[in-house]
Amino acid sequence: MQLTNRSKQVSNKTMTFSESLFLPAIAKGLAITLKHFFSKKVTIQYPEVKRYLGPVFRGRHILKRDEQGRERCTACGLCAVACPAEAISMIAEERTKGEEHLYREEKYAAVYEINMLRCIFCGLCEEACPKQAIYLRHDEFVPVFTERDQVIWGKDLLVEDMNNRYKREAWTKEEARQLDQLKASGKVTTVETRAIP
Amino acid sequence: MEAIETPLLKVTIDGIEISVPPGTTIMNAARKIAEADPEQHDKVPPAMCYYEPLKASGGKCRACLVKVAAGSEKDPRPMPKLVPSCITQVQDGMIVENTTNPAVLETRKGIVEFLLLNHPLDCPICDQAGECYLQDFSYEHGVVDTRTQEERRTFEKHDLGPYIQLHMTRCILCYRCVYTADQITNKRVHGVLNRGDHAEISTYIEKAIDNDFSGNVIDVCPVGALTDKTYRFKNRVWFTKPVDAHRDCEKCSGKVTLWYRGEEVIRVTGRKNMWGEVKEFICNTCRFEKKETRDWTIEGPTRIERSSVISANKYGKNLIAKPDFALKLAKSQYKKIDDSRPYITDDQTIRQLSIENNKLANERSLASD
Repeated sequence: MQLTNRSKQVSNKTMTFSESLFLPAIAKGLAITLKHFFSKKVTIQYPEVKRYLGPVFRGRHILKRDEQGRERCTACGLCAVACPAEAISMIAEERTKGEEHLYREEKYAAVYEINMLRCIFCGLCEEACPKQAIYLRHDEFVPVFTERDQVIWGKDLLVEDMNNRYKREAWTKEEARQLDQLKASGKVTTVETRAIP
Repeated sequence: MEAIETPLLKVTIDGIEISVPPGTTIMNAARKIAEADPEQHDKVPPAMCYYEPLKASGGKCRACLVKVAAGSEKDPRPMPKLVPSCITQVQDGMIVENTTNPAVLETRKGIVEFLLLNHPLDCPICDQAGECYLQDFSYEHGVVDTRTQEERRTFEKHDLGPYIQLHMTRCILCYRCVYTADQITNKRVHGVLNRGDHAEISTYIEKAIDNDFSGNVIDVCPVGALTDKTYRFKNRVWFTKPVDAHRDCEKCSGKVTLWYRGEEVIRVTGRKNMWGEVKEFICNTCRFEKKETRDWTIEGPTRIERSSVISANKYGKNLIAKPDFALKLAKSQYKKIDDSRPYITDDQTIRQLSIENNKLANERSLASD
């Protein structure tokens, strides 16, 4: 039964003299190699050079601060319960008088830990967060770790640095989708990134 | 003298008939149906203020409004308005519509909105989140959006003795704690002050806190208005593991639920039945002072409904009452396959048809983009 018309008839006919020298074929092959020397390369020198992976890439986590630099996280535990890998754990504490400039709500996470070996970067914590506190950065990976004590990330690594804020084009799914449509239709070409969700 | 036999009254709730003794409320009749057949659990009207062990509770929140389509056998006219099922007694031949009446469900959405008018949406902070009846109620019956723009009323946090904290902001004025105080002492010194939007649980409540059973107002509160100070911000409910336990206590029954975090007891509460009601109140010693495993005799893990968030991340086979959800779904969605088409055995026709089907499928998948 013939499935396609692309099949070729195989023959056993003997080679001609020029074919049996192989030289023209070798020259042809080398020419192809030489051509690729000068053509544009498709690979990059990773990890020295990194590609932009798009605005929806899910990299390392960040605990956002609000416009006044207060931590948004209120240790509600929804990220931890949404996490399919059970990578997140936290201990809550009550905000005392005089800490209003540090924490947004009356409760905050005194300890917030993510086990990066467990994390599968699914982004469910981001979706579960009611306070828009946790996000997965689109521009940074979790660096390769060599020691076990580097695996569990605490608040020192997770909380946003106010001098080097994490900026994004869109902070919600709806926003991103809207932006996508605007970009596709050509109405918008450049988008300002902002630090505040 | 012969005992007078009271005839049982026949009542139909959502098409299910049940016979109950006179004096039973519609709510309790519905609960009786659900107790006999757990599949009918969702036919029971929700209750925010009604609490069976507390006398005179109920009739305040209007969450349990139902339609009475026929008043009784003798007078089968429908009742003109929706009635609160927790305080309306059944009559012989009464026909009640709860989930089958769209007007009831629509009204319930309105009730949720009214209850949430002044209730802050601070569930991420609130200790009650995860076992809050207002959360369940608004999730099951409410609308997603807030339509009001007005400021919500706010109050200062209030310490009632060393163990209990009152967040008046979250209170929905169900009066359950007031009735609890009535039940545990003759000299109740707390109640509701002011009227309407200004109504609040009074400051005199501190004085009732001397009572040995005052901690029960925490269990009774359907929302996070009265919370355990020893448990404040300790952990989220769904990360703790409930275990049934008891101890010999001269003041109370000693039957409690311990809430474990790892090896540590971080909270002790009364034991709730399937309607979320504590039948046997426990004393403050059991609740606040006995937080060591060695104080208790463990009976076993508390049964948790699969739908509850408390069942999250708990894997014990006997711990979670898992309904065979998948089977139920399959049963409800079962459709017989249309087998009336003739069988085709001819190779050429099968090939032709499969190419056509493939083409159709391709078109469908491209069209949906």
